[in-house]
Amino acid sequence: MSTSALYNDQGGAEAAVEAGQESTPTSSGTGAAFGLFSTDFKKNEDLKEMLESNKESLKLEAMKRIVGLIAKGKNSSELFPAVVKNVASKNIELKKLVYVYLVRYAEEQQDLALLSISTFQRALKDPNQFIRASALRVLSSIRVPIIVPIMMLAIKEAAADLSPYVRKTSAHAIQKLYSLDPDQKEQLIEVIEKLLKDKSTLVAGSVVMAFEEVCPDRIDLIHKNYRKLCNLLVDVEEWGQVVIISMLTRYARTQFTSPWTENNEKTFYDSDSEEKKEQTEAKPYIMDPDHRLLLRNTKPLLQSRNTAVVMSVAQLYWHLAPKHEVNIVTKSLVRLLRSHREVQFIVLQNIATMSIQRKGMFEPFMKSFYVRSTDATHIKTLKLEILTNLANEANISTILREFQTYVKSQDKAFAAATIQAIGRCATNISEVTDTCLNGLVLLLSNRDETVVAESVVVIKKLLQTQPTQHSEIIKHMAKLFDNITVPMARASILWLMGEYCERVPKIAPDVLRKMAKTFTAEEDIVKLQIVNLAAKLYLTNSKQTKLLTQYILNLGKYDQNYDIRDRTRFIRQLIVPNEKSGALNKYARRILLAPKPAPVLESAFKDRDRFQLGTLSHSINSKATGYQELSDWPAVAPDQSVRNVEVIEPVRNPSSSHTPYHSFTSYLSNSSALLFLFYSITCIHTMSEAHFAVLVCFSDSDENGNGPVAQASSSSPESSSGSETDSEDDSDSDSLAAQKKKKSDVTTPSFGPVKTYELLHHMTGKGLSAKYHFPRQPCLYEPSMVAVQVILTNSSDHSLEEIHIGERSPAGLNIHCFNTIERLEPEASVTVSMGIDFSDSTQAANFQLCTKENQFSVSIQPAVGELLMPSTMTEQDFTKEQGKLLGMNETSATITMATANTSSQAISKQVLSVANVGVVSSSQNNFHRFAGRTVSSGALVLVSLELKESSSALLTINTEKSVMASMLLRDLKQALTQA
Amino acid sequence: MIHSLFLVNASGDIFLEKHWKSVVSRSVCDYFFEAQERATEPENVPPVIPTPHHYLISVLRHRIYFVAVIQSEVPPLFVIEFLHRVVDTFQDYFGVCTEAAIKDNVVVVYELLEEMLDNGFPLATESNILKELIKPPTILRTMVNTITGSTNVGEQLPTGQLSVVPWRRTGVKYTNNEAYFDVVEEIDAIIDKSGSTITAEIQGVIDACVKLTGMPDLTLSFMNPRLLDDVSFHPCVRFKRWEAERILSFIPPDGNFRLLSYHVSSQNLVAIPVYVKHNITFREGSSQGRFDLTLGPKQTMGKAVESVLVSSQLPRGVLNANLNPSQGTYTFDPVTKMLSWDVGKINPQKLPSLKGTMSLQAGASKPDENPSINIQFKIQQMAISGLKVNRLDMYGEKYKPFKGIKYMTKAGKFQVRT
Repeated sequence: MSTSALYNDQGGAEAAVEAGQESTPTSSGTGAAFGLFSTDFKKNEDLKEMLESNKESLKLEAMKRIVGLIAKGKNSSELFPAVVKNVASKNIELKKLVYVYLVRYAEEQQDLALLSISTFQRALKDPNQFIRASALRVLSSIRVPIIVPIMMLAIKEAAADLSPYVRKTSAHAIQKLYSLDPDQKEQLIEVIEKLLKDKSTLVAGSVVMAFEEVCPDRIDLIHKNYRKLCNLLVDVEEWGQVVIISMLTRYARTQFTSPWTENNEKTFYDSDSEEKKEQTEAKPYIMDPDHRLLLRNTKPLLQSRNTAVVMSVAQLYWHLAPKHEVNIVTKSLVRLLRSHREVQFIVLQNIATMSIQRKGMFEPFMKSFYVRSTDATHIKTLKLEILTNLANEANISTILREFQTYVKSQDKAFAAATIQAIGRCATNISEVTDTCLNGLVLLLSNRDETVVAESVVVIKKLLQTQPTQHSEIIKHMAKLFDNITVPMARASILWLMGEYCERVPKIAPDVLRKMAKTFTAEEDIVKLQIVNLAAKLYLTNSKQTKLLTQYILNLGKYDQNYDIRDRTRFIRQLIVPNEKSGALNKYARRILLAPKPAPVLESAFKDRDRFQLGTLSHSINSKATGYQELSDWPAVAPDQSVRNVEVIEPVRNPSSSHTPYHSFTSYLSNSSALLFLFYSITCIHTMSEAHFAVLVCFSDSDENGNGPVAQASSSSPESSSGSETDSEDDSDSDSLAAQKKKKSDVTTPSFGPVKTYELLHHMTGKGLSAKYHFPRQPCLYEPSMVAVQVILTNSSDHSLEEIHIGERSPAGLNIHCFNTIERLEPEASVTVSMGIDFSDSTQAANFQLCTKENQFSVSIQPAVGELLMPSTMTEQDFTKEQGKLLGMNETSATITMATANTSSQAISKQVLSVANVGVVSSSQNNFHRFAGRTVSSGALVLVSLELKESSSALLTINTEKSVMASMLLRDLKQALTQA
Repeated sequence: MIHSLFLVNASGDIFLEKHWKSVVSRSVCDYFFEAQERATEPENVPPVIPTPHHYLISVLRHRIYFVAVIQSEVPPLFVIEFLHRVVDTFQDYFGVCTEAAIKDNVVVVYELLEEMLDNGFPLATESNILKELIKPPTILRTMVNTITGSTNVGEQLPTGQLSVVPWRRTGVKYTNNEAYFDVVEEIDAIIDKSGSTITAEIQGVIDACVKLTGMPDLTLSFMNPRLLDDVSFHPCVRFKRWEAERILSFIPPDGNFRLLSYHVSSQNLVAIPVYVKHNITFREGSSQGRFDLTLGPKQTMGKAVESVLVSSQLPRGVLNANLNPSQGTYTFDPVTKMLSWDVGKINPQKLPSLKGTMSLQAGASKPDENPSINIQFKIQQMAISGLKVNRLDMYGEKYKPFKGIKYMTKAGKFQVRT
């Protein structure tokens, strides 16, 4: 302290802090720390002065000391006006410390806090995303109700920010605003709904957290995002993973049917394959592919280093997976037991619950639950619990041997718990009941009282289950009686005496005699049992015990405890016949000496399974605030199609428009590619083979480690499209769903067949033929490429080897080749996908298709419409953009429509068959608008069609690419005028 | 999620508090103190304590309780894992995580906690990102700061948070490019009285210290990857590659990190490197007990067993021990009854032993259990499971790094029952 005093005398807080920052904890350092924390009014005064000074460094020192005060829990709110002035400081550290202060005290100093708001509002518009984010963070942390509207506005704006980091912050802010003013719920839900659609992994965890906090019951908001969340999961940061997984667990329980079939229980020990067979035979249960997707995508997370993630996956499997698949989580859970003590505690609790229902899951890992003398007591008890749960005929001898060591433990509470456990094993496994009983009797001569007492209690329970031939044990206990002082144990012995008094006719009265002597000195619980014993003996052996009984009853009558007085009175009336006693007297014997059901020794974790595993509620075994019940499986699965993702292109080539894939391709990243492949296998039967090949091809290229990370379809802004498009989309996906069922993989009825072009005829190709088509999907390899699918068929009679792409022209042509096909058998065909950058021109891409022996020059000439990507926009945006592309950029023609093409559907169909554009919803019936962008340069291409009288129409195309415009105009004209 | 955090020292004082939502009065900790009183040992305080309005979730590290206050349902492991992450970060920043270190660096602690949680939800827990935001205090920097008035807070913005590899900071530069990997295996075992193994497992970790310029992409392959039964990875490891080829492929974080922890499949027999001959007896009636312990190497593949430390919790009745070690030193604490013997290196020619008598409380009955013996040891240059790194390659950068791999075997929870 002397040093600190010295520092203080100098009046240099600077010096104090300086020393306080030394990382070496020297004595002067500690002393200075005391100086740092000492608070008297004078010090606060000089803090004020320092804050108001012009020197940045002084201000900083002052703030550091103030933060020290806050950390200590000391009040420094009177400095608020002085601190808040520095909110706009240029010094980052100073600013941050002011933020800390502000967030801490704003609630108490609401009026003054308002002074800082304008600074944040300004920062919210800063070009730097981190400054925007940090402003929003602090603004939303200031718990001042007046600024709710400002916060609301800021959140809404931030939710639409271009930076995912800012959007993440806005998701956090939602929860803060909600807790400040729950009335904003509806508006906040809208923001949540919007953010749920976000494709950034950064946002996903935070927004789901907000969802859980604000509107956990709005399951309907999840539908459309379900698949996306599943696929993003691996790449989300670990804390977000935990939240998403637990939310998806709840979701899945409401949306899918139970995968738990009856026969699973019986065949549990059989091998998996057998079981599967049986399962399919017994029940036509087919798992929803979405259900499978969730299980598949969470599985790799069992390898996470974060114990919370592992636990949440384990609980997901426990609650959602078919019974035979749950076992995969065992190993990971056991691994967690190596972690910190607190982690062990929670994991063991969960294993305890699991092991009651599923012994087999943990039995192979039994030894991991052996107790070490260094374990904390609650860990020991939990391990014991689990070992007891795992005990069966086969392993009981090992377990009992282990228990023998535990009984001798120096930790007596643990030894007592072990005795309980032995008792449970003895009742559960009849083969070892006698062995256990003998062991417990031996323990009766143990020196430790708690051990003996516990043994007595357990023996009592065991004897009750098998009352025959145990008079020896009872006699033995009677002998020990004098040495046992634990009330519960004494009471238990007395009860046993009374219950089986007919088996020990000589000893029981003697015990009663001894008890009569010590009655007044006994504990209440023992007294009750003495009265009990007396009554029972009176009924069976009244000759010897009549007087004793009366003596005891008299003692009991004047006992201090009313329970005992009551009991005595009741017993007296019951057993001693007199004129007042009614009919009950006759039945006294049957009442008191009725055979009693044996107690069932159960696990304390028996009823824990009513709570979702891994939750706080499960851990404390009572419902925690905010606990969300896990619903039972629905008997009939709700409509699956609700999860179909809204497609960006209203119409696409059917063979490529398998809805789930659409979403996949955009979110694929290195780590999820494999899962993606998994998923594709599960639903392979619903899709075209061609498509599968694409997937394989894709994952192949990914294995090189530098595979294509698909662009998170940045080119396609989120759908703000009108309701009309939405309904169209829905009907589209519905029809797709219908197709899936029919397993047809070509053509939708509404949009005409795929145009397939010939690349190489089998005559010129010496047996190798190739066709190609444009799948109209965003290209996986590079966004500026057009995706092309090539179907290679071997029509020769020998197999072709090493099919690959050779030289290309023009020289600079950027092609993403497919991987070399090692071998193509006769009659076999394979579909591969390529990406070609046409640079927005219809110039043909020439290249050589090579086999081992031959080379064939081929060329792909794209139709102009294939060089486009659909773009989603509203009618307003469309007109706005159109306004910018007038004059030179506008090409138009009046055409005469074919009579068949006058309905709006037919028009869409014709236009879309020519060009890969998106429909823009229109408020006018005679106006049709379509929007797209060129693939390579991303230039807008707007097509509008105005219907006039008598089947004439004005076709207008607005784009910078005038060459393309005229070509497109020609193609469209042809399509629309044709019948 | 996490409402507030209180740091409580061994003597039950709250020396730091931090609130992320509205302020929770520190009186909530009274429930914690109650539980602390009930528990006989500091470790016995239950990690989850329900109170009428809050839930307290605590971890105990370095004799400091980190008590988190929770108001509604949240997976308890989530909080526990986070608290441990906080401790790890403090340790990383200050070298030690003691009360003194925290008090000395209270501003940095506060800045860290501010960045790690937003509204109770973890924001930045990756050490690389945090170090970009807040510079760890060093003596040099503290001095420079006071002279120039510059700060600990990084001027840079946490761009790492946005990158595809959030665990690695950008713009790393070193003059000497080095990558060290330590394969450390721990044997957990329980040996029974007669010397036979009741249970034995090997757990291993690969800790790395990577100081490489730029964005190196490393691959690490093993001679015998089949040994690894259950693994958990640092997020940087490409899981898919591991699944397919059993190769660890990753862009490493900068600095120290744990790349992998693994469990060796239980089918493999575990070689136990030491044996213990013991004879501990208490005679009924006499106030003396005999203590006789000899250690010896076993299955060490010719490597020396070093840093051997034997400890044992003797029965309560033992008043004192009068022992004679053939090497090393021993201590006996009459209060805690903890006997520990620092053996050092085991010389196979001359086995270390500890012999002597224990004096018992007069009149006390003979303890009914012999104490179990905990052993710690180290064996350098050997991974007991036989795991071997095959090669380490670097892609993506042009320079040639210096690579080093070290093996070590340690005792984990190695216990001998007597």
